[in-house]
Amino acid sequence: MQEISRRAKFLYGSAIALLILFMYLPMATLVLASFSRSKFFRFPIPAYSVKHYGDVLESLSIRGFFWTSLFLALAVAVISTVLAFFGALAFARYDWKGRKLFQKIMLLPILFPQAVLGLALLLWFTAIGVTPSWTTAIFAHLVWIAPIATMVIAIQVYAFDPAVEEAAMDLGASRWQVLKEVTLPILAPGIFSGFLFSFLLSWANFPLSMFATGADQTIPEWISAKIQSGYTPQVPAVGTLTMLAAALVMALGYLAAWLLSRRSSAAG
Amino acid sequence: MTVLLLAGFVGPLLLVTIFAFMPAQSFSVLQTPTLANFEEILATSYYISFLSSVWLAALTVLILFVICYPVAYAMVRVFGHRGSILAVLITAPLFVAENLRLLGWVLFLVKGGVVSGSLETFLGIQVDSMLYTSAATLFGLVYVYLPFMLFPMTLGISMVPMQMREAAFDLGASRWQVLKEVDIPLAMPGILIGALMTFILAAGAISEAKILGGTAVVMIAQDIQKEFTFAQNWPKGSALSVLMILLAGGLALTLLKRIDLDGIFGRR
Repeated sequence: MQEISRRAKFLYGSAIALLILFMYLPMATLVLASFSRSKFFRFPIPAYSVKHYGDVLESLSIRGFFWTSLFLALAVAVISTVLAFFGALAFARYDWKGRKLFQKIMLLPILFPQAVLGLALLLWFTAIGVTPSWTTAIFAHLVWIAPIATMVIAIQVYAFDPAVEEAAMDLGASRWQVLKEVTLPILAPGIFSGFLFSFLLSWANFPLSMFATGADQTIPEWISAKIQSGYTPQVPAVGTLTMLAAALVMALGYLAAWLLSRRSSAAG
Repeated sequence: MTVLLLAGFVGPLLLVTIFAFMPAQSFSVLQTPTLANFEEILATSYYISFLSSVWLAALTVLILFVICYPVAYAMVRVFGHRGSILAVLITAPLFVAENLRLLGWVLFLVKGGVVSGSLETFLGIQVDSMLYTSAATLFGLVYVYLPFMLFPMTLGISMVPMQMREAAFDLGASRWQVLKEVDIPLAMPGILIGALMTFILAAGAISEAKILGGTAVVMIAQDIQKEFTFAQNWPKGSALSVLMILLAGGLALTLLKRIDLDGIFGRR
């Protein structure tokens, strides 16, 4: 066994720490900018204030975008988790003709530029006579997000021994009982992270929303429009709030997962 | 799942392809097909944005390979199970809208922003804005797509059996030889998926060039969006999209043909 020297470990550790710093640097800048009082961002910040947060919370239109984003993300998360659950079983578990093909078609939307996909969907909606709104955006998000959720759950399915299900069948459980009492509980962590992923990816999505939401607007769309035409310090404030919301969802998710795993290890 | 993919992915892409062969400025697919759009693209400057997208995407992949390989290696081999916590930390920014993170960099790099503002106030050095160049666009691409390279790479590296590396060392291979002859070839499926994802996503990127690149770079997705919105020329936009689809689909299919997905996700 090749021993890893302490020096090498230190070097690798610092490289990763730097990388993590790099990933979070722009977000830290945003948070900082949201507390700046002046209209244009200057560093070092001459005066701090929380005034922009007040403006944001009072703005009715921003509240509207918030609700649109939230409903969209929730709907996408619920539908995509259900689809992904069955998709993952088909992807990883059951042997059937065409499975290899299914696996590949499944990956294609993820590998596809979202802007082009969004446009294609817009043309498609127009062709079949549907007016784009946030409800059609659910569909657009699903095309890209459900495959990702499927991958997340599939990883869990691969690790799961089919013999457990067979044993339950042998003991006289019906198909439904097996699903409810064996398959679902074992796959629960994967399903749960699939749900979280779907919610968060939809919450942050811009390229698909841009084309698919029609007259409705989500928060990422509002931010993007403001970045391009008329920066106001409300942008970083809204941005900070959406980041907080995402962080909260993730934290609650991990907390729930942790509690679940503790309970199941205590029971087992 | 299959229905979703047929109605939400295959259908729209077919429609775009049909539109690409319609005469310019038309909004219906019931006309005589023509190759005029493609001829126009080749005759005018449109192919430049296509080439610059491909070139920037290739550079992005190269840079990300150099950055991510040691990090992925360290996460799998040096930090063991703590590596997965690091992976979560590095991928979590995906759940913050891309535009926001790019805006963070704008505020960081712009004249009077965090870098130039600090240099001026503390050291008295004047620097110009670091934005609106193709280098800034490349920087944004590298930043945004880093997790897409890193994650498949860690999957790939974790597939390399330890015994294989030990055997190579026992047989007298140098570190460099093990890297070249064992590590990289065996981790190749993961590396290829990462490279493919980053390449396609970067080639189809839209926000990086818009937000960080200003007018210095025009990427293909911007041209496509322009044709559909301002120019109202659906067929031309579709023809440009078809070029994108051919590039992305061609690459994805060639690669997926060579890779066994069960092997990667199931780590069997």
